[in-house]
Amino acid sequence: MNFWENPIGFIGEAIADLMRSLHIGPEVINFVITLLSVVVVASFGLLLVIFLIWLERKVAARFQDRIGPNRAGPYGLLQTFADMVKLITKEDSIPEKADKLSFNIAPILSVVAVLLIWAVVPFAPAWIGTDLNVGVLYIAAVGSFGILSILMAGWSSNNKYALLGAFRAVAQLISYEVPMLITLLVPVLLARSMGMNDMVRDQSTWFIVLAPLAGIIFLVSSIAEIGRTPFDLIEAESEIVAGYHTEYTGMKFGLFFAAEFLHAFTVGVLFALLFLGGWRGPGAEQYQLLGVFYLMAKASIGYFIVMWVRSTLPRIRIDHMLALNWKFLTPASLAILIITAILEKAYGETSARIPALLIGNLAVVLVSWLVLRAASRKTKRERVTFKKRPVAKPA
Amino acid sequence: MIDRWLFIGIFVSIAAVFPLLPIVLARFLAPHNPNTIKLETYECGMETVGPTWVQFKIQYYIYALVFLIFDIETVFLFPWAVAFDAIPLFAVFEGVLFILILVGGLLYAWRKGALEWS
Amino acid sequence: MQPIQLVFLFAAALILWAAFMMVTRSNLVHAALFLIVALFGVAVFFVLLEAGFLAVLQVLVYIGAIAILMIFAVMLTRGDVIEEEIVNRGFGWALMLAALFCFGLIILVGQWPGVNEAAPRIVESRDLIQELGVQMFAPEGYVLPVEVASVLLLGAIIGALVVARPQKKEK
Repeated sequence: MNFWENPIGFIGEAIADLMRSLHIGPEVINFVITLLSVVVVASFGLLLVIFLIWLERKVAARFQDRIGPNRAGPYGLLQTFADMVKLITKEDSIPEKADKLSFNIAPILSVVAVLLIWAVVPFAPAWIGTDLNVGVLYIAAVGSFGILSILMAGWSSNNKYALLGAFRAVAQLISYEVPMLITLLVPVLLARSMGMNDMVRDQSTWFIVLAPLAGIIFLVSSIAEIGRTPFDLIEAESEIVAGYHTEYTGMKFGLFFAAEFLHAFTVGVLFALLFLGGWRGPGAEQYQLLGVFYLMAKASIGYFIVMWVRSTLPRIRIDHMLALNWKFLTPASLAILIITAILEKAYGETSARIPALLIGNLAVVLVSWLVLRAASRKTKRERVTFKKRPVAKPA
Repeated sequence: MIDRWLFIGIFVSIAAVFPLLPIVLARFLAPHNPNTIKLETYECGMETVGPTWVQFKIQYYIYALVFLIFDIETVFLFPWAVAFDAIPLFAVFEGVLFILILVGGLLYAWRKGALEWS
Repeated sequence: MQPIQLVFLFAAALILWAAFMMVTRSNLVHAALFLIVALFGVAVFFVLLEAGFLAVLQVLVYIGAIAILMIFAVMLTRGDVIEEEIVNRGFGWALMLAALFCFGLIILVGQWPGVNEAAPRIVESRDLIQELGVQMFAPEGYVLPVEVASVLLLGAIIGALVVARPQKKEK
């Protein structure tokens, strides 16, 4: 095995050889190697957060015609470290009426929920934490720990605003999980597998070409899942203080914060894996590091869109948010699933696969556009009228 | 296969330890001098009135109910999607029928106004 | 003792402890949280049985949906119910009945000849879930029960809405 082709595999093999020469049993070696790879994957995720927070602040600043952090270190790169030191040395106050145990577990659970997704992410052909055969469903399942952490945080704070924020958050997250699960079915159907690496290997044509609409719906519902603008009703500061983490201080607040940033990038990674071909690219099969580079580059596309939307759109109202989900995204994703299934069975093996699926997607877009236009004509808008008031006129 | 889940098992414990570290570190580094006012419920400086446990809208519960049904239905469809090559055209239409029954539920909820946020 | 048996014992202890804590809590939200711990332990069991798909379903459906629904239901009730001491007069009877069922189950399962045999090792792969899909949707498989399940879910959604929907205000 060449070092440059697969550095991590090379080092892992070397460690295993070393242990074998010390006459350590194969089961123990297996355990130690697994443990080491877990530490590598998990710390990669957490180190990424430090960089991401800087990146997001820089990009958000550019959108607002500012410079962003530029004092701590070159280009402000050390800003996040300064923030971390600040957060760690801040007093950690637990409100008297809080439910102590749930209050302390909730921020940890929120980080765990996001980090667990990285266990099944294939960084490169040979670099995947663990290639579960139910990878896609696993990703959806660990998301439910995130929902749980929000509910625990909101309830245990014993604060009206925190509880209200948690309720809003959970209503939003579970609602948007429906179109997300349905659109996850589309790449599963195209790849005939739930394993994440199978999914990437099957994308000789990227799935965004075969299922553009599913990709868009997935991205929209993912933005809602991370609670970013325009779906940031979860922490609408003008209405409910700071939402479910109102009572959190210091590092515990920092953990919620870190989990949210990591989740935003993870959405980009998932979008890249499911729709943009993951690690695929010239030379990636041979040089693993290139695969990681391609994946990160593609993930940045989704991440950039998330930041872009955040800087552009205002917050939407809660009834609009729920109506968008249940009355538009869910029916549209079901329609696209049915169309994809029928066309895939009919043209899946032929050369007409790509045009057929593209036309199917276009048809769904057209029909939903017509339906929306008809619906918007039917809804009566209330005209805001005022009483005639005397106006002072110049004599 | 169990080896693959071993990774997840270890991952859960490691992932729980990592965020625990800064909290433990903060316990040693951060000041700790609580007082009665600091530990009160934070409502932007106003004093809290009444119990925290306010009555919630039933609407939240209805959304959770509809979500639960959809959750189970989609989960049924995942094996269908994986087995797509191995099943005949007839079974594909069975899956579509399954989805259409689901759509029926959605339409019912829609017509009954359960999806309105009133 | 194999490591896998240790994991099994740990998960079993976790489930029993969480279940016990759940039924003895007077705070309903605490009870729901302990229920979640117990459900998670069951997911670990599914993993040990090499049924990864079911384990993931257990987390997705039970923890992600049903437990959340339960907490919502608790929150919708009045909060003042919660701190009261819960006294159940039928406690002794319930305990006896539960013990009877428990021993009955142990005796019944003990008579089953397969109880001491090691389960055949399943090679779980992409094909296993594919096989599940074929069994569920192929005409010679279980397609009718699956479709009936879908109708059942439709019934559930209608029933739930009829029960839970607030009374429409008379105009």
